[in-house]
Amino acid sequence: MKQYLNVVTAYMIMFTLIILVGILQSWSQALSILNYCLISAVMTIGANIQWGYAGLINFGIMGYTALGGLAVVLVSVAPVPEAWKAGGINMIGSLGVVVAMIVSIRYVLKKIQKSKKRNYLIAGIIVIGLLLIRLLAGPGIESIEAVDPAKTGFLGGLGMPILFSWIVGAFFAGGLAYIIGKIALGLRADYLAIATLLIAEIVVSIIKHEDWLARGVKNVIGLKRPVPYEIDLQTSPWFISLVEKFNSGKLKVIDTLSERQDVLKQLVIDASSVYVKLCMAGLFLTVVIILLIITQKALYSPWGRKMRAIRDNEEAASAMGKNVVKEHLLIFILGSAVVGLAGAMMVTNDGLFTPGSYRPMRYTFVIWVMVIVGGTGNNFGAILGGFVVWFLWVEAAPIALFLINFFTAHLPETNALKVHLIESASYFRFLMIGIGVLLIMRYRPQGILPEKIIKQ
Amino acid sequence: MDFLNAIILLLNYTIIPALSYGSQLALGAIFVTLIYGVLRFANFATGDMMSFGTMFAVLLTFYFQSLGINFGFLPTALLTIPFAVIMMILYMLSIDKFVFSYYRIKKSPPVVLAMVSVGVMFVTQAIIRIIIGPFDRRFLDGEKFILKATEFKEMTGLNEGLTIKSTQAITIVVTVIVVSIMFWFLNKTKTGTSMRAYSDNEDLALLSGIDPKKVVLLTWVIAGILATVGGVLYGLDKSYKPFVYFNNMLPIFAAAIVGGIGNPLGAFLGGYVVAFGEIFITYAYKKFFTYILPESLEPNSLMQLLSTDYKFAVSFSLLVIVLLFRPSGIFKGLRL
Repeated sequence: MKQYLNVVTAYMIMFTLIILVGILQSWSQALSILNYCLISAVMTIGANIQWGYAGLINFGIMGYTALGGLAVVLVSVAPVPEAWKAGGINMIGSLGVVVAMIVSIRYVLKKIQKSKKRNYLIAGIIVIGLLLIRLLAGPGIESIEAVDPAKTGFLGGLGMPILFSWIVGAFFAGGLAYIIGKIALGLRADYLAIATLLIAEIVVSIIKHEDWLARGVKNVIGLKRPVPYEIDLQTSPWFISLVEKFNSGKLKVIDTLSERQDVLKQLVIDASSVYVKLCMAGLFLTVVIILLIITQKALYSPWGRKMRAIRDNEEAASAMGKNVVKEHLLIFILGSAVVGLAGAMMVTNDGLFTPGSYRPMRYTFVIWVMVIVGGTGNNFGAILGGFVVWFLWVEAAPIALFLINFFTAHLPETNALKVHLIESASYFRFLMIGIGVLLIMRYRPQGILPEKIIKQ
Repeated sequence: MDFLNAIILLLNYTIIPALSYGSQLALGAIFVTLIYGVLRFANFATGDMMSFGTMFAVLLTFYFQSLGINFGFLPTALLTIPFAVIMMILYMLSIDKFVFSYYRIKKSPPVVLAMVSVGVMFVTQAIIRIIIGPFDRRFLDGEKFILKATEFKEMTGLNEGLTIKSTQAITIVVTVIVVSIMFWFLNKTKTGTSMRAYSDNEDLALLSGIDPKKVVLLTWVIAGILATVGGVLYGLDKSYKPFVYFNNMLPIFAAAIVGGIGNPLGAFLGGYVVAFGEIFITYAYKKFFTYILPESLEPNSLMQLLSTDYKFAVSFSLLVIVLLFRPSGIFKGLRL
């Protein structure tokens, strides 16, 4: 137990902070922070699998997150029959062309020996394939996007339960990671970082501009939910009576019936939003716990030891007969799949898919900061990093405002510097996170909870 | 006549914009490559450092304008560049002293330094936003056009007009001056040679008595000049918005890698490769073909390879292709 003391203390402090937010600001706010902390934790588990276990640097987290979000739209939204009628055949045809291209390129790669002829053949296949796709998809896309563009204008999804999309999101991200891994994993660490950063940008720009797929920057709103809706809760009698029971002390003090009704109504509205967020938190917590158990088991299994060996000395591991390339690819796919899962969870939590909001700052660099701050190679640390950094990210503005007011208390209200500082309070979050990273990198490079290697 | 029209059309919409955009990228790419070559890490704060230098130029421009100082038909911002460069170099040197030098002396792996540069990126971004805010700012003054489309049409009697914005001309001229001075310094002077020696083989350079502190100092000075000039030129041409500068880091990285990271000449050319790639692939050639083809063959589609939405994606795909087939860059081993 003693060896886990620092872990327990760190988590206790974190939860106390969230509860403090609940008491000082509001429970709804505290729960939104908690939900996002849990989602960030899933992302950091994914990034930690790659960076902590295997030392692979992946700056493409944004791309996998976006792909996970796309999966939610493609799986859970009801299909748009008019759009399918208008351009479905063309799109399926183009998909067929893509498959044919891949199959024929694989065939050429297998059957013909490495030569100039092979290169020309492959280039020819790609050019012809692209032309065919253009001819097929062009009119299809146009007619799909013309179907009620204000509301749909896309093919829609499969209309399946939204929880299923979490798994699909993980598979999507894993598939993308397979392709990227095949291309880029042989590169040196910093090249890999740049390459993944840019490839993620390509993925997001495709999602942003292919309107027939998921409406692009026009966003998809009103996604399904795995938990009840606030409106339904507010009219269901069991919920109202539950709220009444919970707040009976508060209600008793009020004398008149009509006033009591009003107060109860307000309480029910507040409670419904808290209840929904609690349900979400429960779902997310389940995911985090399952992932934590799996990753802990994996980390201390023979496989985990092998990964550490590869990370710490690639050449020695490969000399011992470990297939470094294969293991790197595997871990790249696994980590990315977890990030894709987190992306799907996030879109589910928000209830909307906004491709325009995927920016490398928020979805790649902040996640990396979380892993570094929390502790590389330690799953508890990574999760804690997700909590700490997200908490700071949200609460930085209030903290900064408090500090500014404290230090400029002697200045008059209209002082230009004070007004300017208060206006830019929200940018102090970048400053806090940046300084936090620099301090951690300098004085505690292993993170808050360092990696622990159990000798067996 | 039609042939001339077609050439002017291409010149106006692709070649001149690509030349000026390429120059802006090239300056950034040399900055990246220099840091990578001498200090040996990928600097993820590139875009924000350029933004930092530009911020001073913008603020000083506004200050000069309020004092009534201007630069005739040239933008006032050009006057402010020397001051902005000095501020930028001071900032970079202090960052190096407080942040990077610790890891350099400890000989940390490049990945750690890259991570540290992410921290620097956050801090720089915060400072910029706290000082100047996240808003879009235009600070171009003076003459806007050197050649207007209507004037050109009157002069030549052609159907197509040629527009040359003064910012485009300034960008190209300033880039040529800055880059040639830099190459002269790197190749012809003793200090420049010592820098290159340090970049090629640190141990041998130290053995032959090169002072590493001086090399690092010089690298930051040159980097400061390149970053500020590149940033100001971009800001004059488009506008100054901190977020855009952060995003510009991506094509700049692409240019540096396409040209072979660590090789300044490669980075310079890489900037143009990326810019021309982006613009040539996303330009709609319909009008061009209507001029050069006989009427019966006129195209009815836009003749565009990719929509302009994918402008950035083109440069990144270029990078992926280069990484796949020539990871050390297409200008490998090219030297002046």
